[in-house]
Amino acid sequence: MPNEEKIKGVIERISGPLVVAKGMLGASMYDVVHIGEIGLVGEIVELKDDTASIQAYEETSGLMPGEPVVCLGESLSVELGPGIIEQFYDGIQRPLELIEQAAKSHFISRGINVPAIDRAKKWKFEPRVKPGDTVEEGDILGVVQETVVVEHRIMVPLGVRGTVSSVQSGEYTVEETIAVIDGSGTTHNVQMLQRWPVRKPRPVARRLPPNVPMSTGQRIVDAFFPIALGGTACVPGPFGSGKTVIQHQFAKWAQAQIVVYVGCGERGNEMTDVLLEFPELEDPQSGHPLMKRTTLIANTSNMPVAAREASIYTAITLAEYYRDMGYSVALMADSTSRWAEALREMSGRLEEMPGEEGYPAYLGTRLASFYERAGRCIVKGRDGREGSISVIGAVSPPGGDLSEPVTQNTLRVTKVFWGLDANLAYQRHFPAINWLSSYSLYTETLDAYWNDRFDDEWSGLRIEAMSLLEEEDQLREVVRLVGIDALSREERMVLETAKSLREDFLHQNAFHEVDTYASMDKQFRMLRTIVRFHHVGMDALKKGASMSELFNLPVREQIARMRYLEEKQIDQIDKLENTIKEQIGALVPTGAASAGVTAFKGGEQNENVA
Amino acid sequence: MKTLPKEYRTISGLSGPLMMVENTTDVRYDELVEIELAGGEKRRGRVLEIESTRALVQVFEGTSGIDVEGTKAHFLGKVLTLPVSRDMLGRVFNGRGEPIDGGADLIPQKTLDINGMPMNPYSRDFPSEFIQTGISTIDGLNPMVRGQKLPIFSASGLPHNRMAAQIARQATVIGGAAGTPGSGHEDCAVVFAAMGITFEEASFFMEDFRKTGALQRTVLYINLADDPAIERITTPRIALTAAEYLAFECDMHVVVILTDLTNYCEALREISAARKEVPGRRGYPGYLYTDLATMYERAGRLKGKSGSITQIPILTMPEDDKTHPIPDLTGYITEGQIILSRALHRKGIYPPVDVLPSLSRLKDKGIGKGKTREDHADLMNQLFAAYARGKEAKELAVILGEGALTDEDKAFAAFSGVFEDKYIRQGEYENRTVEETLELGWELLTMIPTKELKRVRDAYIDKYLKPRLEARAAGLGPEAKERR
Repeated sequence: MPNEEKIKGVIERISGPLVVAKGMLGASMYDVVHIGEIGLVGEIVELKDDTASIQAYEETSGLMPGEPVVCLGESLSVELGPGIIEQFYDGIQRPLELIEQAAKSHFISRGINVPAIDRAKKWKFEPRVKPGDTVEEGDILGVVQETVVVEHRIMVPLGVRGTVSSVQSGEYTVEETIAVIDGSGTTHNVQMLQRWPVRKPRPVARRLPPNVPMSTGQRIVDAFFPIALGGTACVPGPFGSGKTVIQHQFAKWAQAQIVVYVGCGERGNEMTDVLLEFPELEDPQSGHPLMKRTTLIANTSNMPVAAREASIYTAITLAEYYRDMGYSVALMADSTSRWAEALREMSGRLEEMPGEEGYPAYLGTRLASFYERAGRCIVKGRDGREGSISVIGAVSPPGGDLSEPVTQNTLRVTKVFWGLDANLAYQRHFPAINWLSSYSLYTETLDAYWNDRFDDEWSGLRIEAMSLLEEEDQLREVVRLVGIDALSREERMVLETAKSLREDFLHQNAFHEVDTYASMDKQFRMLRTIVRFHHVGMDALKKGASMSELFNLPVREQIARMRYLEEKQIDQIDKLENTIKEQIGALVPTGAASAGVTAFKGGEQNENVA
Repeated sequence: MKTLPKEYRTISGLSGPLMMVENTTDVRYDELVEIELAGGEKRRGRVLEIESTRALVQVFEGTSGIDVEGTKAHFLGKVLTLPVSRDMLGRVFNGRGEPIDGGADLIPQKTLDINGMPMNPYSRDFPSEFIQTGISTIDGLNPMVRGQKLPIFSASGLPHNRMAAQIARQATVIGGAAGTPGSGHEDCAVVFAAMGITFEEASFFMEDFRKTGALQRTVLYINLADDPAIERITTPRIALTAAEYLAFECDMHVVVILTDLTNYCEALREISAARKEVPGRRGYPGYLYTDLATMYERAGRLKGKSGSITQIPILTMPEDDKTHPIPDLTGYITEGQIILSRALHRKGIYPPVDVLPSLSRLKDKGIGKGKTREDHADLMNQLFAAYARGKEAKELAVILGEGALTDEDKAFAAFSGVFEDKYIRQGEYENRTVEETLELGWELLTMIPTKELKRVRDAYIDKYLKPRLEARAAGLGPEAKERR
C-alpha cells in the first residue's frame, strides 16, 4: 500500500495507554495504527466522527498532542507459517529474543519492529499435490518439518480455489512462492507466510461434539473431572493455591499435539521457568523435549496493559491455525483475570458506563466469544481432517471470592470447573482441587469412552469413589460434633477408604519424577485397587474382623506406594488384589459364617485406630 | 525530548493533588513540571493527562498554597529522572531523591528514568541462589533466593520494622563467585525506601544502621508521614532505579526493602479519587494490580549480569485481613509471603513469623547440596509437618483434654511449644548462619520418636539425627533412650 493512501491523524489527548486522535476519517474499528514519531503500535477501539480512541500496546510516556497517527488500514493480525513452534512471543507476536537483540538491552524498549516469523530461514518444502490437481481452501499443498515432532502443513489460503499450475519441492523462505493456483480468472501465488486478524475466528467446515477425552495425567482431573478434546475449563483460586503449577502440569502432560501457553499479566520469573524447563522435559508421547511442540506467549504484569488484552487473541489465533492443520491443540491461559482487568482499565479510560465492579458491561460477551473459539471440529479442506482446541483458563479471583464478575462470567461458558481450595493448599494437599465443589459436564459423555476401554468397570468405580468422598464429608461433620466414637464400624471403614482416596489417589506430587504423570491405565488400576480394598474390608468387618488390624495391614503401605510405580510396572498394581484378599482373609475369624451375626459385636467400637 | 522549558501562568483549576494548566502547546505525556509559587517556592509535578491544549498535572508535594494567579508552571521537556552513582551508598535521601543527611550533592555517573523499563522475560535468569538473612524462620523454612520478591504481610502493632532492619543488617550472599559454594560470605547492598512512616520509625532505622555499621552499604530514601502523600508515588520508583543501577551496572547484590506499601496504595487511591476514576474494590483504582506489578516485577536477575535485585516489600494488612486488596494483589504478584502473627507476638516471641501460612515459592530452587546443605529440603518439610501436627494436637487437647492424646501426639505437642520458643524466637541482634539454623532443627527433632519422621530420608537421619541421640543416650541415660 503506497504511503500517501494511508490515513493520517494527529494526537489530541493522551491518558496512560489511551491515545485519542483526530482526522482519522476512513479508519475502521480495530485497525492497527502507528502512534507518534517513535511509531508505537496501537489499535483503534472506538470511533466518533473523525476521532479515534486508540489503545497503545507500548508505554506512551513522552507523546505529545499534534504528533502524527498513521492508520495501517489493517486490523491487528498475526503471521502464520513455519517457525511458530518453540518461539517465545510477546502479546502482539514479537519474538522476545529478537526484541533483546534489537534493543541491545535486557529491558524492553519502545517502538521496536521485529518480524514474528524469520524471513531468512529456509524450510524444506515437500508438496502433497501435483500440478493439474484441483484444490480448495484448507487443502494441504505440502508439508514442512517444523520441529522433530511437528509437521507443519501448508494449506490453501481461505477463499482460494482452483487448479495447481505449479508446485515444486525444495528449500524456500516463508516469503517465496511455493505454489501457483489458477482460479477462475485469477492466479494466486501461495507463500508459506500467511496473515490472519486476531479478533476474527478462523472458519471450520463442521463442529463436532466433544466426546473424546483429553487426558492430562493428573488423577483428580482425568478420573473425576475430565476435560474433553475441544473442551473448555476454568481454574479459579486464591493466590498460593497452585494455579500456575496446575497450568504448567497441563502444558507438560496434556495429551495434545500442540501446546500454546500464554502468560497473561503474570510473573516474569514464571515464564523464565517455563522457558528453561520445557526444553529439558521429555514428552511422554513423543520422547522429545516438550518445547518441540510448544509455543509461548508472555505478557508479564509489568509489560503494557493493552498488549495483555491482545495476547489472549494472539494465542487463540495461533491455536486455530494449528487446529486447521488437523492437530489437537491445548491452550493454557494464565490468567484471564488479568486480561479482564486490562479490559476494565481501557474501558475506564474511555469513560464507558461501568458494569459490575467497574468491569465493562461487555465482559461476559467477550469472555464467551473467546471460549467459543475452542472446540473439536472437521476443519476446512476436502480430506475431512479433524482438529481441536481445548482451552484451560486460570482465573484469579480477588480474595478468593468466586462471586466476582470474571469468575461468574467464565463459569457461565466453560464446561469444567476445577475449584482450587486455599485450605487444601494450606494442608499441602496438591493439586488443591476441591473434589466436592468442582464439576465437569463432560463426565457422562466420557464415561462411555472409558467404559469401552475398561470393560464397563470405569463409571461404577468413579461413582462409588465420589460417593465415598461425599459420605466422608457428612461423617466428618458428625465426628466434629459428637466425636469419632459415635460412628459404626462400617462408617469408620468409609472414613478410612475416603482417606486413602484422598491421600493415595487424589494427592499428586507435581515435583516427583514418577508421580507427576499417571496414565489412564494406571489411574484405573489404582482406583480399582482402593475400591476393592474397601469392598473386601467391609465384608471382613461384617464377618467380625478386627478394625485396627484391618486398617494397619501391610498391604495398605503398598497401596500408598502405588503412585510411585513407573508406567511399565503397573501390572504390579493388579497383583495387589490377591494380596488384599489374602491379608484381609486372614483377619476374618474362622467360623464366621454369616455377616449379620458378628457385625454388631460390641467392644470394638472404642478401638483406638492410629 | 529536546524542547526548551516552557513557562505557563495559565493555571485554571486545582483539585486535591491535581492542577490543570490551559493553553499549553508541545507538552508531552509524563513530562516533568516545575511549579513556582507566588512566594518563590518550587515544587515538582508530572503530566498525567493531556487533552489538546490542557494538561493535567499531578503535584508531588501537594497543592496547598498554590493559587491560580501567581503560580507559574515550567514544563521541563523530560520525564522524572534520578541521578545515580556508586556514592549513593551510605547516604540518606528524601522521598524525591534529594540528600537530607547534610552531605554534599551527588556527582552523578548517570541519570536514569525512574519508571525504568520492563525486563524482557527472555533475558531473565531464574533466581536460584540462596540469601542468608540470619533469621531461622526465613532461612530454614522459607528460604529466599537472589532475585526473588518476598513480601512481609504484617499488621499494625507488629514488629515488622525491627525485622526489616534485622534483615537489612544481616543479609548476606553465601559463596562469592557463582559455582563456588562456601567460598565466603558477601554482604548485600541495601536500598531502603520508607513511605509515610513516622519520624520515630525513620530515626530508628537510621540510628540502627549507623550504630551497626550497616549504613555504609545502604541507601535510604525517606518519605515521612507528614511529607506530601503524593511524593510516595515516586519514592519506591526512585529506590528501585537506584537499585537497578547498583545491581546491573555496579554488579552488586541488592536487597530492596519497601515499607510501608499500604501507605503507597493510599496515595494512589487519593490521586485516583481526585481524577474521578471509576473505583475498583474498596475504592482502590482498577489498575492497582498493574501499578504494583510495575514495581514488584523490577526484582530479578538478568542473563550475563552478576548482580541481582531482591525485594522485601512490607505492608500492614488493614484489620489483619489477608483478602484486603493490597495484600491480595501483592500475593498474586510476589513469589510467596512471610506472614506475621499477632498470637505469637502476644506470647512475646520475636520475630513473630506465622510459619504455616508463610510461603516462599522459590524455596526449592535455592537450597540443597552446593547451595545450603543436602538435608535442607527434607528437614524443612519435616519441621513444617511436625509443627503443623503439634499445633493440631494442642488444639485437640484444648477440646478433649490432654488425656485424649496419643503418646506420639503428646510428643508433637511438646515439640511445637519448644519449636516456637527456640526456633522461631531469636534475638534481634542474633545472626544465625544457615548451618546453625539447620542444626537447631535437628536438635528439636530429637523430641519426636524417630519412626514418626517420615519426611526425611533415612540417610539423613543416620547422618544428622542418630549421632545426637547416641550422644544424649550416653550422656543422659535412660530418659533419652526411652524417646527412641
